[in-house]
Amino acid sequence: MSGPRQTAALAVAPGYPTTWKRPPFIASAAWRYALYAAVLAYLVVGLGSVEVNWTRVWEGIPRGWAFLSAFFSPDFTSRGGDIWLGLQESLTMTLTATVAGILLAIPVGVGAARNLAPAPVYAACRAVVALSRSFQEIVIAILFVAMVGFGPLAGFLTLSFATVGFIAKLLAEDIEDLDERQVEAVRATGASWLQWVNYAVQPQVMPRLIGLSLYRLDINFRESAVIGIVGAGGIGATLNTAIDRYEFDSAAAVLLIIIAIVMVSEYVSGAVRKWVQ
Amino acid sequence: MLRLEALTKRYKTGDLALKAVSIEIPAGQVVGLIGPSGAGKSTLIRCINRLVEPSAGCVWLKGLELTGLRRGALRRARRRMGMIFQEYALVERLTVMENVLSGQLGYVGFWRSLLRRFPPAAVSQAFATLDRVGLSAHVDKRADALSGGQRQRVGIARALLQNPDLLLVDEPTASLDPKTSRQIMRLITEVCEERGLAAIINIHDVALARRFMQRIVGLRAGEVVYDGPPEGLSADVLTQIYGEEDWSGTIQAGDEMAAEAGAPAPVPAREAVRFAREPGALAVALK
Amino acid sequence: MPVLQSATGRSWQHRSGRQRLIAWFGWLALVALVVFAWQVMTRDTIWAFVADAPRQAADIGERMFPPRWGYMERLWQPLWDTLNIATLGTLLALFVAVPVAFLAARNTTPSVRFVRPAALLLIVASRSINSLIWALLLVSILGPGLLAGILAIALRSIGFIGKLLYEAIEEIDASQVEAVAATGASGAQVLDYAIAPQIMPAFAGITVFRWDINIRESTVLGLVGAGGIGLELSHSLNTLAWPQVTLIFIVILGTVVLSEWVSARVRHAII
Repeated sequence: MSGPRQTAALAVAPGYPTTWKRPPFIASAAWRYALYAAVLAYLVVGLGSVEVNWTRVWEGIPRGWAFLSAFFSPDFTSRGGDIWLGLQESLTMTLTATVAGILLAIPVGVGAARNLAPAPVYAACRAVVALSRSFQEIVIAILFVAMVGFGPLAGFLTLSFATVGFIAKLLAEDIEDLDERQVEAVRATGASWLQWVNYAVQPQVMPRLIGLSLYRLDINFRESAVIGIVGAGGIGATLNTAIDRYEFDSAAAVLLIIIAIVMVSEYVSGAVRKWVQ
Repeated sequence: MLRLEALTKRYKTGDLALKAVSIEIPAGQVVGLIGPSGAGKSTLIRCINRLVEPSAGCVWLKGLELTGLRRGALRRARRRMGMIFQEYALVERLTVMENVLSGQLGYVGFWRSLLRRFPPAAVSQAFATLDRVGLSAHVDKRADALSGGQRQRVGIARALLQNPDLLLVDEPTASLDPKTSRQIMRLITEVCEERGLAAIINIHDVALARRFMQRIVGLRAGEVVYDGPPEGLSADVLTQIYGEEDWSGTIQAGDEMAAEAGAPAPVPAREAVRFAREPGALAVALK
Repeated sequence: MPVLQSATGRSWQHRSGRQRLIAWFGWLALVALVVFAWQVMTRDTIWAFVADAPRQAADIGERMFPPRWGYMERLWQPLWDTLNIATLGTLLALFVAVPVAFLAARNTTPSVRFVRPAALLLIVASRSINSLIWALLLVSILGPGLLAGILAIALRSIGFIGKLLYEAIEEIDASQVEAVAATGASGAQVLDYAIAPQIMPAFAGITVFRWDINIRESTVLGLVGAGGIGLELSHSLNTLAWPQVTLIFIVILGTVVLSEWVSARVRHAII
């Protein structure tokens, strides 16, 4: 920091200020310090509310280490049957739920677009979207398991329901952002409502709908690994059992499979989206 | 003061951008570098301060050879060369003052620069330089709130605050209107004279070059095809540099150039982008 | 969209015959695959249960109302815990995600061949695994409680923030970086003066966005024992206390709406 750095030092320019302060982000000093104080107070209280049982954590360290090292020696075979079954359930429920969800989402999405639907239909469809988006998949899965019993059918229903909210919302926003001129041009030809949707709306929305569907397929697979925890089938159930029994080798195997499938599906959906556009 | 010896640059794509360029520039001389797009003007300037790594040849600055310098030494050498950019290259979300003070980064330790606590001399010089370029009223404004001409003035102030021996100027007027272009060129040549700075100025507009430069170097396809006074830029020479064209208007415009008539030629910003796209370009900057 | 020559002269068709054939075959294959998947999935389904579902649903619906409002006084503490899990988890994630993003971005990584793939792998691993699974693991390792929840949220958020942030870094204007480097600034100074100001808006937006998502996710972490309001949900479900479940759903809904509003406001203020 010394020596050569100083050699080319500037001289003070007479008559000019020698200090400068960057204008603060919040102009009022009072508000600024109040904000600092609030953040500090939150951190103190928030961190204070975290009660840590240090002896339990201490005991956990070897288990954590065992889990990490399990990633380098994953055990695909001793629970091979369970893993295979769970994977089958996850993949089949992902595919069927995505397809069913999209089929249902298209009418709901059209209905939730302000420029296409009459007011009562709009309100009803928006309500469906809001309900589906507000709850985590796992909460919905609990309800469906209570209704149709344990197994992948509950998972299928859960993922379909979540897909409807996700796709319908984005689809509706897309339709609302449509290029007005193209829409008007087709309407001016005297087309019926269905023809109008088919010729003016569909071509503009289709490429993005395909992209969204692939994205949702990806999300549904990840979620299918979770909802098994509450009995809705899929590889999550296998994972849950393995972790409960401290079988970290098998758990690591399942996690590696999930990561691999997610990576492959991201790569494939990226390629397909590029191809569609 | 600055001597280039057989400076050569071959890009990874195989393009030979510079073919053994040798130039010597004495202290205080302002040199205009002209030539068509893709002639290697920007590459030449960037090879001097090694924003682009030259493939072969030497760069001597005040008796110091730059091409072999390691990280720390290169940073110290860069302090002596102020650079002014085509699209201003100000950090848009920082204030004008921070942009100008960033010219001192090479002299100041990391913590001081992080806390914006620059030495009193640097701060007072920054105020003085901003005054010199006519921006004392805009010190605390964000750079993206300024007009094009004002931004380029900030760019000049930043380069001057390095207290350099040499200015490397890359198409300073390419994004400016004719009137502002003349003002900026005048400002650059004036400060060079005041401080005895040498400068290499890439310039697209031949009329502007003839008006403001002491010496012209013509570059074509990476080779020097002309090196002499601006008066020597005859139609033949221009044809040699740029190719066949009717040059009479350009030459007449010369000394009493009608700036309004000579609208600046559009310069592809792509050229600058190409440097950035070289793999690891910014990683080099971060070392 | 080729113009075809045929016996009747030129006719316009959306696609050529071969392309249409391929497209039809593709759709057919998709339908067949879905039907097959459906059959595999429902192999073990007991349809008697499913037929009973409407009655079950009506039964649950009946028991869920009215919500047990008095239960609210026992929900404030778990709600506060939920907020802490989301906020502290997001903050913790930032400490890891920011350096990882710089290592993963093509233009700032020290080595495209070795460091970048490692950073990307870390991001993918974190993103692939849901925070509930992280929580499941951490509860098994560290025991139940807030700490497991905070760490689970952090582990999931690293990938999310890291990915969006490294994409933002790759999109910065390189000429600003060049200009600061040309003054002789050190690497750390270039980071501070040229890169940080450019990614700051994206950084703030991503963080608030993820905080919003984390609020949602932290409401259910308690189902696997990682603290927060999900813990109460789990108790209520296990004891079949449906009126309490209803109240918890309402509270979750309110929290989600509120956090979405806050996040939208903050992002609006930044941009």
